[in-house]
Parts: sequence; C-alpha cells; structure tokens
Amino acid sequence: MSTEKVQIVEKILDANDQMAEENQQAFDKNHTLAINIMASPGAGKTSLILRTIEGLAKDYQIAVIEGDTAPVTIDADKVHALGIPVTQINTGGDCHLDALMVRKGMQALDLNEVDLVIIENVGNLVCPAAFKLGSHINVVIASIPEGDDKPYKYPNIYRGIQCLVLNKTDLKPYVDFNFEYFEKGIQILNPGVEIIQLSSKTGDGLDTWLNWLRAQIDAKKHATQ
Amino acid sequence: MHELAVTESLLKTATEYALENDAKKVTSLNLLIGTLSGIVDDSVQFYWDMISADTICSQAKLNIERQPAKFKCQSCQTEYALDGELSPCPNCGSVNIRVIAGDEFLLQSIEIEK
Ligand SMILES: Nc1nc2c(ncn2[C@@H]2O[C@H](COP(=O)(O)OP(=O)(O)O)[C@@H](O)[C@H]2O)c(=O)[nH]1
Ligand SMILES: [Mg+2]
Ligand SMILES: [Zn+2]
Ligand SMILES: [Zn+2]
Repeated sequence: MSTEKVQIVEKILDANDQMAEENQQAFDKNHTLAINIMASPGAGKTSLILRTIEGLAKDYQIAVIEGDTAPVTIDADKVHALGIPVTQINTGGDCHLDALMVRKGMQALDLNEVDLVIIENVGNLVCPAAFKLGSHINVVIASIPEGDDKPYKYPNIYRGIQCLVLNKTDLKPYVDFNFEYFEKGIQILNPGVEIIQLSSKTGDGLDTWLNWLRAQIDAKKHATQ
Repeated sequence: MHELAVTESLLKTATEYALENDAKKVTSLNLLIGTLSGIVDDSVQFYWDMISADTICSQAKLNIERQPAKFKCQSCQTEYALDGELSPCPNCGSVNIRVIAGDEFLLQSIEIEK
C-alpha cells in the first residue's frame, strides 16, 4: 500500500459552469437574449417582468422561465394571463436555479421563435450568485423597503450583474434609504454597472429600463456569431 | 444554503480523480474556500459525512483552508484585505476597486492510498 498526493486545482462548480456555457450557446444560436432576474423575495421580480412584457411584447417575442421553490404557479399564471409562453421550474425546495434546471425550462420553449427569455430566479440574495445559468444579462432588483445596506451584507449577488434595478421608488418618502451609501456599495462591488431607478407601481423610470433592454435585445438579434 | 449541491459536486470530482489514479481509498481532500464564496465550512462537513459514507471517500478528511477577501484599488494600485464591512481604498478613498481573491471554492488536491 502506498499513499500519494494528486494535484487537482479544480473549481467545484465547474460542471454547472459548463452547462451554463452550453445554454448560452443555444440562446446565441437562436439570437435569443436571456436575462436572469435575481432579488430577495418581494423585491418586485414578477411585477417588473409583467411590466416588461406590457412594454415590449408588441415588438418582441418574449418567453418566461419561472423558478419557484414550491409547486405554486402564482407567478407563472400571471405571465400566462398576458398570453406569453411560460414554463415553471419547481426547484423542489432548492434555494436557487442552476443551469440544468434552466436547460429543462428551455426545452419546453421554441427558442427559434423567441427574442427575449426572462428567467425569474428564486427569491434569495445569496445562492443564485454562485450558479451561472447561461444568461447574457444578469439583473438584481433591489427595492427601497429592503434598505440601503444590502450591498454590504450580500456582496456576491451584485458582482456578476450588468444592471441593478432599484424598484419601489414611490416608497422613498416613507423609508429612510440613503441612495449615496447604497450606490457606493454597488460601485465598490461592480464599478460602472448600470443602475436604473424605477417604480413598477407608478411606471416612473420604467422607460429607462425598457430602452436599456431594447438595446440589448437588438444587439443580440443582429449579432453575427 | 446550497451546500448539499456543492458537496455532491465535490464528491463527484474527488471520486473521478481517485478512480483515474487507481486509488483504493481517499484519505483527505484539500480545499480552498474564499470568504466571499458564501460557503459555510460546517455545512460542507455535515453533508460530506452524510453523502460520502459507503463511497471510496468514506474515510476522507476535509482540510479546509480559508482565503480572505482581497481587493485592489484601480486608482492607486493599493492591495488590501478585508474581513469586515466593504470599504473604499484605505489609501486614496477610491471606490473603483476590484476583488482579486476571496471567491474561490477549489479542490486543490486529494491524498489517496493505492
Ligand atoms: N409600492 C410598490 N410596490 C411594489 C412595486 N413593485 C412591486 N410591488 C409590490 O411588492 C410585492 C411583491 O412584488 P412581486 O413582484 O411579487 O415580487 P417578487 O417576489 O420579487 O416576484 C407585491 O405586493 C407588489 O405589488 C413598486 O414599485 N412599488
Ligand atoms: Mg415572483
Ligand atoms: Zn443555496
Ligand atoms: Zn487607492
């Protein structure tokens, strides 16, 4: 019997990263832009998705992948009611979506026909950060009532994102939220990231979001691979 | 939180390398876990004990090395470690900083018996 040390140095989430890469290739092949929406529960993911559909469905084919920890179709039903294809992924209690779950969701959609896939991740500010899905754009929705210190407490989620939406700006008069402190945390974690303030309730600031997203969808639609 | 998923992935990777190297059993795994990775050592250990039973890794010890978070200021190039709250560059106050370490969750090596 002999003992031996085997050098490895392998990233442990690699299998997921590889599958995410394959998902992205499948999106690219179809010129489909995929966005992954992350936030704590109640920040306004579903609300913004519904607003986005209302704003863009006349110009683009949209589909939605809904992640939920329990087999409830509340969010999926709201999307379905707008006449948009939606697939629901029940993570079986898991705290995040992973690339394999998204793969299953993609199989239920005809990507060839779709310009924009919106993925609603599980409401959680910790775990989704660690699992790539294959999305081109990762968005975190923060909201005024959650408080301005979240970037300091959950730093990881803000780092791999291309856009930070600050939702529920209509509640600013009622909540102490120091935007400068919040923004400084975001800047430290992700210098130069797009920050869009809006209210899904009043529609204030929504155009900035929709225009930003339009530009991303158009770029993907006309991208040569 | 999702430590079960990552521990399963860890067991799978370790087992692959063990079999590739004709191991009879794995005696230890050397891991590097960054403080920004969000991964809790105790939870990994807990799931490890549970899922490695009856595998080639059943007696393997987890040696976990912690990598503190490190940042580099893009304005003045100062590098600094952080274990408390996020803070701007201690030298020039800039917030234009990059994370240079602390994200890791690496299986660095395994020790095996043949
Ligand atoms: N005041 C206010 N409430 C909002 C806004 N956006 C969403 N909400 C409310 O916040 C709650 C949670 O929203 P939802 O979209 O379901 O959040 P999700 O859990 O992230 O999908 C609901 O009661 C929404 O009506 C907003 O901009 N302003
Ligand atoms: Mg929702
Ligand atoms: Zn988790
Ligand atoms: Zn500096």
